[in-house]
Amino acid sequence: MKGNEALAEAAIRSGCRHFFGYPITPQTEVAAYMAKRMPKIGGTYLQAESEIAAINMVYGAASAGVRAMTSSSSPGISLKSEGISYIAGADLPCLIINVQRGGPGLGGIQPSQADYWQATRATGHGDFHVLVFAPSTIQEMVDLVGMAFEKADAYRMPAMILADGMLGQMMEPVSFPEEAAEVKTVAKPWATNGHEGKRAHNIVNSLYLKPDQLEKTIIDRFQRYETIKATEARAEEYLVEDAEIVLVAYGATARIVKSAVNTAREMGIRAGMIRPITLWPYPVKNIQKAAETAKHFLCVEMSMGQMVDDVRLAVNGKRPVDFFGHTGGVIPAPGEVLEKIKAIAGGAK
Amino acid sequence: MAVVFERPKALLDVPTHYCPGCTHGIIHRLVAEAIDTLGIEDKTVGVAPVGCAVMAYDYFACDMVEAAHGRAPAVATGLKRSLPDNVIFTYQGDGDLAAIGTAETVHSATRGENITVIFVNNAIYGMTGGQMAPTSLPGQVTQTTPYGRDVKTAGYPVRVCEMLSTLSGVAYAERVTVDTPAHVRQAKAAIQKAFQNQIDKKGFSIVEVVSSCPTNWGLTPNEALQWLRDNMLPYYPLGVYKDTTGGDK
Repeated sequence: MKGNEALAEAAIRSGCRHFFGYPITPQTEVAAYMAKRMPKIGGTYLQAESEIAAINMVYGAASAGVRAMTSSSSPGISLKSEGISYIAGADLPCLIINVQRGGPGLGGIQPSQADYWQATRATGHGDFHVLVFAPSTIQEMVDLVGMAFEKADAYRMPAMILADGMLGQMMEPVSFPEEAAEVKTVAKPWATNGHEGKRAHNIVNSLYLKPDQLEKTIIDRFQRYETIKATEARAEEYLVEDAEIVLVAYGATARIVKSAVNTAREMGIRAGMIRPITLWPYPVKNIQKAAETAKHFLCVEMSMGQMVDDVRLAVNGKRPVDFFGHTGGVIPAPGEVLEKIKAIAGGAK
Repeated sequence: MAVVFERPKALLDVPTHYCPGCTHGIIHRLVAEAIDTLGIEDKTVGVAPVGCAVMAYDYFACDMVEAAHGRAPAVATGLKRSLPDNVIFTYQGDGDLAAIGTAETVHSATRGENITVIFVNNAIYGMTGGQMAPTSLPGQVTQTTPYGRDVKTAGYPVRVCEMLSTLSGVAYAERVTVDTPAHVRQAKAAIQKAFQNQIDKKGFSIVEVVSSCPTNWGLTPNEALQWLRDNMLPYYPLGVYKDTTGGDK
């Protein structure tokens, strides 16, 4: 199944019945799949007039208490950033998919990972985070969509699947969980769905004109973030235990890096890989632990080097951290990564 | 003793932040009266704008959502598609609805979203202190048109009801005002009809209320109403611009 379609089907199986989108390459199959499926299952597929409208429709649907989502690619996510900030500021859960392409500006339509900073640092104005999940296989896309909805509900915050054009467009066999008779959802007593004369009116809002009050809501939110950082960080470790050179890569790039690591091992170089599955919260502990035994880190991305900041923060000067990457839609080749590993290994001797 | 006049139940008994003489108070009341008359407070969700009515969420007794600037019709669309049996309304000013939110307004209208839009047109940005609005009149002096709105550089004011009435998705578009008791009664009927249309699943309904802003117009409340009559009503004629709902209910 194609990655983009797998994302859409997984969302439906997670109980999402409200999709608001806008066409943009290379994620359009998500919307097309939703347009085909939603009317058959009593759901809503709505093609909005803009990315801005689409994310605000998600804001409205999330306010009503339903599982809602939108999907886009890099330039479209920039347009959605206003709405994402409001959604975070109003403590609403939702799912946003970014099938990344090259930027800045119109950039290109080939795979890229140049929105890492945007996803983890500045998805919109103000002090806030979104949960960021980074699948590296189509199966993992399916699994993480379900998890993203659950965690978004649990923590009342937006969640993002940060994929890329390669994962969106590639095909792999995939197995879906049985469509659950009941989707795991949490009670949403805060939802604005009509008070039915049973409670005071609910207000969904991000405006606090009194600085003390605004600061308090943000501090409360950041306390929640501390819990999330302590419990929700996820990573895959591959041959890290005895590795002298630890590569760090996520998403489609991790697939390339893994094959370079395997070749390096065949050549007798003790290489390993840490693959962050959550980009926020970042799996800091995995990196810190590896920094105790490994001699060198190498971060590989389809960007000029964005996640490498988080690797360096976690390593905290303890070991050298190198970067290798391509950007603009150019995909790093396993051979190039291997050369970089060999150069580090040679220098280490 | 029989109670002949009281605060509508859908309007909370709290002080508002509106300036003396501002007509938002009357319009809030008319919306609340419509909600009471139709008995729909328990299933109504209102969407507040950015602008002077930004804190309307504290004044209406129904559930309320605060939207980003201009996005209220998109937020209302998300609410309505999730809660098709609830009543969803937006309450928006001219900058919100006819400038930054024009796309959301036009497209929710052309989709025929079954929502109610209350559009308060006072020809100025009130909350930010009196800048030119998309509906500011030619020659009107504002903070950002200190020599009067020059249509050669600042363009012409937008007539929203006329524009939207060309769209097939619009069921009902009427322009009213609240400068006299007679006009207030007409406005009340229009607002109630705009809610009734939604209950009857007739589609997109908008009521534009030509309104005054004494503070930013630099006039007393009475002078402001006279200015409204002399200047706004000729450019924004009152009346029903579209009604496909098959008469009054």
